[in-house]
Amino acid sequence: MSDPPVPLLSVRDLHVVFDTRFGRLTALDHVSLDIAPGEILGVVGESGAGKSLTGTAIIGLLDPPGHVAGGEIRLDGQRIDNLPSDAARRLRGKRIGAIFQDPLTSLHPMLTIGDQLTETIQVHLPMGRAEARARALQLLQEVGIPAAEMRIDHYPHQFSGGMRQRVVIALALAGEPELIIADEPTTALDVSIQAQITTLLKRLCRDHGMSVMLITHDMGVIAETADRVAVMYAGRIIETGPVEAVTRTPRHPYTVGLMASIPSMRVREAELKQIDGAMPRLHAIPSGCAFNPRCTLASDRCRTERPDLEAQAHSVACWNPIVAAPS
Amino acid sequence: MSLASLHGAQSALTVSDASCYFDVSPSLLTRVLQGESRRVLRAVDGVSFEVERGKTFSVVGESGCGKSTLARMVVGLQAPTGGSIHFAPIVRKDGSVGPPRLQMIFQDPFASLNPRWRVCDIVAEPIRELMLINGEAAIQSRIADLLTTVGLSPADGSRYPHEFSGGQRQRISIARALATEADILVCDEPTSALDVSVQAQILNLMRRLQDEFGLTYLFISHNLSVVRHMSDAIAIMYLGRFVETGPAEQVFSAPRHPYTRLLLDTIPNVETPNRARRALSGEVPNPIAPPPGCPFHPRCALAEPRCRSERPALLGHARQVACHMVAPD
Repeated sequence: MSDPPVPLLSVRDLHVVFDTRFGRLTALDHVSLDIAPGEILGVVGESGAGKSLTGTAIIGLLDPPGHVAGGEIRLDGQRIDNLPSDAARRLRGKRIGAIFQDPLTSLHPMLTIGDQLTETIQVHLPMGRAEARARALQLLQEVGIPAAEMRIDHYPHQFSGGMRQRVVIALALAGEPELIIADEPTTALDVSIQAQITTLLKRLCRDHGMSVMLITHDMGVIAETADRVAVMYAGRIIETGPVEAVTRTPRHPYTVGLMASIPSMRVREAELKQIDGAMPRLHAIPSGCAFNPRCTLASDRCRTERPDLEAQAHSVACWNPIVAAPS
Repeated sequence: MSLASLHGAQSALTVSDASCYFDVSPSLLTRVLQGESRRVLRAVDGVSFEVERGKTFSVVGESGCGKSTLARMVVGLQAPTGGSIHFAPIVRKDGSVGPPRLQMIFQDPFASLNPRWRVCDIVAEPIRELMLINGEAAIQSRIADLLTTVGLSPADGSRYPHEFSGGQRQRISIARALATEADILVCDEPTSALDVSVQAQILNLMRRLQDEFGLTYLFISHNLSVVRHMSDAIAIMYLGRFVETGPAEQVFSAPRHPYTRLLLDTIPNVETPNRARRALSGEVPNPIAPPPGCPFHPRCALAEPRCRSERPALLGHARQVACHMVAPD
């Protein structure tokens, strides 16, 4: 997919640090990404890679001591990383919606979902209460809640996990945002429900021309849902490209290892290919390429010099990328 | 699972018609005042299977299907309310015959290790408790061996659990389980708290240990690709009952029960994304009030009137299926 001239979201050289008593920890290191209108960008990585932090930084919800130390985030060309807190709050929910992992903790347990939706709609859109409630009902129907007229007056505990996540999605849609940050939206759900939620996200994206940043550790969910994918490792994006290319012909040794370590559904292998070791902690990120101690292809250059992402559709940050075998 | 093999010497563990019911009734006062009746949650409802020695039997299902309760019953953390669990006696290296030793590996490696104990004491506890080895020097050398076996270094024994990552902690849990010279390991979602690359390390370790020590695994998971990789035989569980059992190879290549097919169809999968799917709908019903008849009928595309009234039995020999619409083999 060729990038349109103005991406909806553009993150350039985002640098997020935590000032702790052990010194300054770099959690995100020059992260750059674009999301086109109507596009689903998957952000994948293991725990501690910085994928959730990227989402949190974009919605401006970084908790101290974490803060943005450099780079810029633009939404539709406008800087959003240095907004005063009032303006940032108006932006959240209105232009950027968020869906988090656990649908139960994202909902207020003492309010009916109708009240929560109506309140959110009225905060962001100039509507009266009756109009907002009609809109809430419409949203619930849109996200596929059966018998929405009755369910609108129910409390969150009366819903199952999958239905709660649909309610959370309806809440995220309430302000008619241009971008939704979905952080592990299917992880807390049962396996047979996951596909329902990813299908819903894809449909909403198509119908509303909305963009989604889908953060997950599950390559299967990414392969199903995303248009493009960014693979993160130790606070950096190490490979990015169209989802098909990255999942079928990964070029970074880490991505290759990650794909190979997923057990196959088709055949039973004697042994899984494993990447030895673990992701480095933030205070001990190796010099050069952060992956070099675990990489079988590491050369001297990898230990001293940090590779940057190339500027092309399917790009890697690696000195010795794997050349895809022609299939 | 024919009758002939039911009493065969090959099975390490035989579970016959095991049930576990929980009384989840409201209090007596509420029942009297509001006229509510007793309620029983049938977490496990008449489940039978056997696990061959040195093999892996997996139980797959979604949350609330009773798979963890089943695991807890097998290790004795939960008393069955019906049925029996039988362990075949085992001949040890020294010639003595006795019941097999069982250990459990838990899902959360952060909650299953005592944070105030050093790793060497965690691993040594079962050895000391069961008095398997006499003499502190011998125990320490055994711990060093165990830590090496699971891919840690003997020096790690003097550290505390918080100094380790999730994958390393799961290795410590495995070392602790092996310390008893266990014959059967019950693993309840051992890798679902781990990242995929670490999961691969732990799964490889478990397969290697099985080959090395002839371990028998009862493996509980919701992750079908992990189960595919680990299992010799599997059972698909839905609302407290098995709906399909058989050799893993056959169940995955030719699933027969509509629920098994739904699971295999719908799970997001990196190998075949966006494959054609049947219409997806429905959720797991409340186990306190399961639907009458076949509990899967509200989500089933094949359901007939009979499925709504009559509960299908688990039929068949090597492959068992509980479905009116599928002929047993």
